[in-house]
Amino acid sequence: MMKTTFLLNGETVTAETPPTATLLDWLRLNQHLTGTKEGCNEGDCGACTVMVQDENGPRALNACILFMPQIAGKAIRTVEGIRANDGALHPVQQAMVDHHGSQCGFCTPGFIASMATAHATGATDFDDRLAGNLCRCTGYAPIIRAAEAAVDAPEPDWVGADRAALAALPADPELPRSSDELAAILIANPDTRIIAGGTDVGLWVTKQMRDLGPVVFLHACKDLQQITVTDTEMNVGAGVTVETLREAIAPHYPSFAEMLRRYGSTQVRSAATIGGNIANGSPIGDSPPALIALGTKLHMRQGDTRRTIALEDFFIDYGKQDRHPGEFVEGITLPLGAPDLKVYKISKRFDQDISALCGAFNITVQGGVIASARIAFGGMAGIPKRASTVEKALIGQPWTIGTIHAARDAWAQDFTPLSDMRASADYRLEVARNLLTRYFTETQGIPTSVLEVEL
Amino acid sequence: MSVHRPTPHDSARLHVTGAARYVDDIPTPAGCLHLAFGQSTIAHGTITAMDLTAVRASEGVIAVLTANDLPHANDVSPSIHDEPLLATGTVHYVGQPLFAVVATSHTAARKAARLAEVTYDTKPAILTIEEAMAANSRFEEGPRVYTRGDASGAIDASAHVIDGVIDMGGQEHFYLEGQAALALPQDDGDMVVHSSTQHPSEIQHKVADALGLPMHGVKVEVRRMGGGFGGKESQGNALAVACAVAASLTGKPCKMRYDRDDDMVITGKRHDFRISYRAGFDHAGRVQGIEFVHYTRCGWAQDLSLPVADRAMLHADNAYFFENIRIESHRLRTNTQSATAFRGFGGPQGIVGVERVMDQIAHHLGLDPLEVRKVNYYAEMESADGGLSAPRAAAPLPPESILTKKKQVTPYGQEVTDFVLHGLTADLAARCDYEARRVAVAEWNAGSPVLKRGMAITPVKFGISFTLSHLNQAGALVHVYQDGSVALNHGGTEMGQGLYQKVAQVASGVFGIGLEQVRLTATDTSKVPNTSATAASSGSDLNGMAVLAACEALRARMADHLAAVRQGEPADVVFEGGLVRVGADEMTFCAAAKECYEGRVSLSATGFYKTPDISWDRIKGNGRPFYYFAYGAACSEVVIDTLTGEYKVLRTDILHDAGRSLNPALDIGQIEGGFVQGAGWLTTEELVWDDKGRLRTHAPSTYKIPAASDRPKVFNVALFEGDNPEATIHRSKAVGEPPFCLGISVLMALSDAVAACGAAYPALDAPATPERVLKAVMRVRGDA
Repeated sequence: MMKTTFLLNGETVTAETPPTATLLDWLRLNQHLTGTKEGCNEGDCGACTVMVQDENGPRALNACILFMPQIAGKAIRTVEGIRANDGALHPVQQAMVDHHGSQCGFCTPGFIASMATAHATGATDFDDRLAGNLCRCTGYAPIIRAAEAAVDAPEPDWVGADRAALAALPADPELPRSSDELAAILIANPDTRIIAGGTDVGLWVTKQMRDLGPVVFLHACKDLQQITVTDTEMNVGAGVTVETLREAIAPHYPSFAEMLRRYGSTQVRSAATIGGNIANGSPIGDSPPALIALGTKLHMRQGDTRRTIALEDFFIDYGKQDRHPGEFVEGITLPLGAPDLKVYKISKRFDQDISALCGAFNITVQGGVIASARIAFGGMAGIPKRASTVEKALIGQPWTIGTIHAARDAWAQDFTPLSDMRASADYRLEVARNLLTRYFTETQGIPTSVLEVEL
Repeated sequence: MSVHRPTPHDSARLHVTGAARYVDDIPTPAGCLHLAFGQSTIAHGTITAMDLTAVRASEGVIAVLTANDLPHANDVSPSIHDEPLLATGTVHYVGQPLFAVVATSHTAARKAARLAEVTYDTKPAILTIEEAMAANSRFEEGPRVYTRGDASGAIDASAHVIDGVIDMGGQEHFYLEGQAALALPQDDGDMVVHSSTQHPSEIQHKVADALGLPMHGVKVEVRRMGGGFGGKESQGNALAVACAVAASLTGKPCKMRYDRDDDMVITGKRHDFRISYRAGFDHAGRVQGIEFVHYTRCGWAQDLSLPVADRAMLHADNAYFFENIRIESHRLRTNTQSATAFRGFGGPQGIVGVERVMDQIAHHLGLDPLEVRKVNYYAEMESADGGLSAPRAAAPLPPESILTKKKQVTPYGQEVTDFVLHGLTADLAARCDYEARRVAVAEWNAGSPVLKRGMAITPVKFGISFTLSHLNQAGALVHVYQDGSVALNHGGTEMGQGLYQKVAQVASGVFGIGLEQVRLTATDTSKVPNTSATAASSGSDLNGMAVLAACEALRARMADHLAAVRQGEPADVVFEGGLVRVGADEMTFCAAAKECYEGRVSLSATGFYKTPDISWDRIKGNGRPFYYFAYGAACSEVVIDTLTGEYKVLRTDILHDAGRSLNPALDIGQIEGGFVQGAGWLTTEELVWDDKGRLRTHAPSTYKIPAASDRPKVFNVALFEGDNPEATIHRSKAVGEPPFCLGISVLMALSDAVAACGAAYPALDAPATPERVLKAVMRVRGDA
């Protein structure tokens, strides 16, 4: 059992739970706060969304895959606490009534939490802020109208009051507070399961019903959450969330940032970490292809021993990574100055969908000739993988559509993808090829993105 | 008077504050137990051994029930008793409930349910249409056939002939609130059940049979559902019956809710269809003869598949008059989830079939598909003065020649007397600048090698009434309390569509009081008996009329008394603005209620309604199954990427006929939501089963309903205002299902965009995932 102290709707509370108890279950079963709903229990529908504030400001998170220790020292607002104490509705609540934004009402508490969070942060990109909240009744139009209508309304007092009250919360003694402490824990017990954002491991508990054994939480290790930038590279701590990385990387690699905009949802990106996206070794994680195309280095740590490897070498085989017992991902270093990087994520739905394939192209052309090419894909093999044969077929060739067509057969040498519920092997291979054509076509100034078409 | 006003949903304030209660939110008495089903892991076979030792030993498990432990009926079928609650030796699909775990928590029950050791004698599974046809595995003795004229002869005699096949997938309901039930044991063996169901009376019936009780021993209550869409018409039976049996055996309250993955694996979905067709037509695209063959996978049990497949046949004409037509329908039995009701109930599938034909005819002739649709439309409704109806909103009338038609009878013998699509379509085309934008799209495409745009207008004509005629009835119970507050109850259920609000508006109109004085109470089988499912878009048509009847009876009693006391005429008593006027006397409604109470007037009344003038013989395929038709049309514009098949809906304009809308805000909500759900069905929502019959898309991570950014970037929805010619509640029209069919405009717009890539016809199947769009592009270009 672990004790977790936090603010719940303005009141300081301490919960004593197993470490993998979820906030959603605790709210509904222990507190009888049934406004927060379970829609999918895997972080895809957003009905369980709550607003979480800490020193980094407000975030919307999925309570169904948020373990209790992850909220230590933070301020939680459920839908019940978004209304003022005197019963006055939050501006987004009133706007949802006025604009007929609820029908069956089951998704509504989650929408309210996401909308109140967007309101608190001043965000107005509502399609993105609400991409992690599914509604089956309204078709979303009235919800977006409501969100827009509430933009200029004043912020309720409780938002600032929660922020002010955070300092008084005690530090959680059971959580490692630095990578040194984490390293020591993992050396002492190498079988300890590392939980960062929990957006994947959460499902092991809620869906596979696994007992995780000993666990350690990363989120209090502030030294793992740093981003430093030099003229030539960016160092990113393993505990940096995907949402923070997206913001940091946008000025350098807009195409990478645009792909990350579609990675999971706001709720998922605000919890998920870059270290987790790499360390879990998924063949369909969306950050590795771009990072590999950039030539990213991975920093591993085991006790006081550190080593640095090329990111692509970390992925050995499906389900197998180059990670020693007790070792963990400490961070990455990615080179800056690859202005031609493009990242393409292909999925059935644009937002919050796992990629059928995700390709990253980092090709430089000098004097009309391809000087270098780093191409990496997710979803095309058991691991995130470079298109080495294609790269070889391109380097030294003129930058023409003829060169791209000539490389057509090389793709099948690099990749023999699977057919699954997301796409067939044929589609994956065909589109991988076509994405190189897209890359080329883009450099010719021809529109290739349906997302950029305006009426 | 609040009828026709855009008031918010009655629970809007509860929704936004999290105070609206759903089944899983109801506080339970101490000792409540929780259930989970153990499920079949194979698609077809017999159970040779089921070792439940580990299940029983699992932490928190109180009991494990198998078919042998059920005291009475083992049946949760809504139709022909072919669906046992728990398997009886043979399993018919992956996910079929084999046993029920009763445990101290939801999690404990779920954990234990996975621990069974089941061995099977596996039999070949019938999964596909081809396999079912080859094995003649079907419901009913053979295909149903509806026919008029000589379709085959007319096709052969036509100047032009096309044929083809379209596959369209099923659809997961994805109601945000999963299936749930709570059973509370009562005195003397009675049972109270809270169920997330569209059909409380059926839950009552099934629970009574399972407990060996008369129906009066079971009370079912439904305040609201977190979405239904047809998925809670019959699919809640299993949970309610399991809870009631467990509650009866243990004496404890019992609750069950499906985890999302279980919900998607266990419950039925929209029927997928394959429709093959052949059509003959003249140079203008006028159809001379047309043939359809429908194949649908009904899954393992009959459920509601027969009326679903019937309705698909009844919508094979959609908005078009076909003199010579033949429709053949195969209802195939497969080892998959038992497909069930889903918004439109087969109608959308039938309509997709004929809209594909219209699209292909236009492609064949090089005509604008809208022109082909219009020349095949039924004739416009005649207005009261004997002339053609003027469009209800300002728009040019189509040429006279299009409007004067042959005898306008559907293939199943119902006269179409209320057709408004000529005027409606013209109005829509003008509003959305259709013709100019078609030209602009063609020009844009000529200069865009990778991205291509497409546009389409598709209409809907949707038949309103249950085709099982006896279901077209409803009851209501209305009380006026002595303080002037009014409590309403009716047989309809609230799943988000705003039925309660619409009905409250009807009542407030009768009594001339504000909505705050009217309270809708939870749907309850002990207040109104023998109700029909809230389905077939019928909720406000039926229950609104029943409530109207009850309220008018009460108002008449009150008027009689108030007039008699004052030596006035009851007809002169006016209920208005919260006041009651009797001659020179004026009092508040509250005072009037108190006076009537003290005058010993009965202030409680029932109301009843049955839809008039309908009759239907489903075997002959003849009669008047529908009281009236609801109409609408949508224009969608899309852009596709010919390298990846990705696409985006750029703009949709909708004009929809809700008659004289009871509540324009709620109706527009149904139209916007129905359209997006319909577009989702035909685009990103793909159900994938593997060759073992396992559903691979059993969670929102793999099954993709539309997200916020998938709605059209520009989305204009308007009501085509005007009275329903039939005497429906305040001349409104049903609005739940018809707008779902407007999503077809997106599929046809995608087809139009693909057609811009080459000469061949796209023949785009649904769901038109990026993969299917790319495949169609390659086919049209001759690359595949």
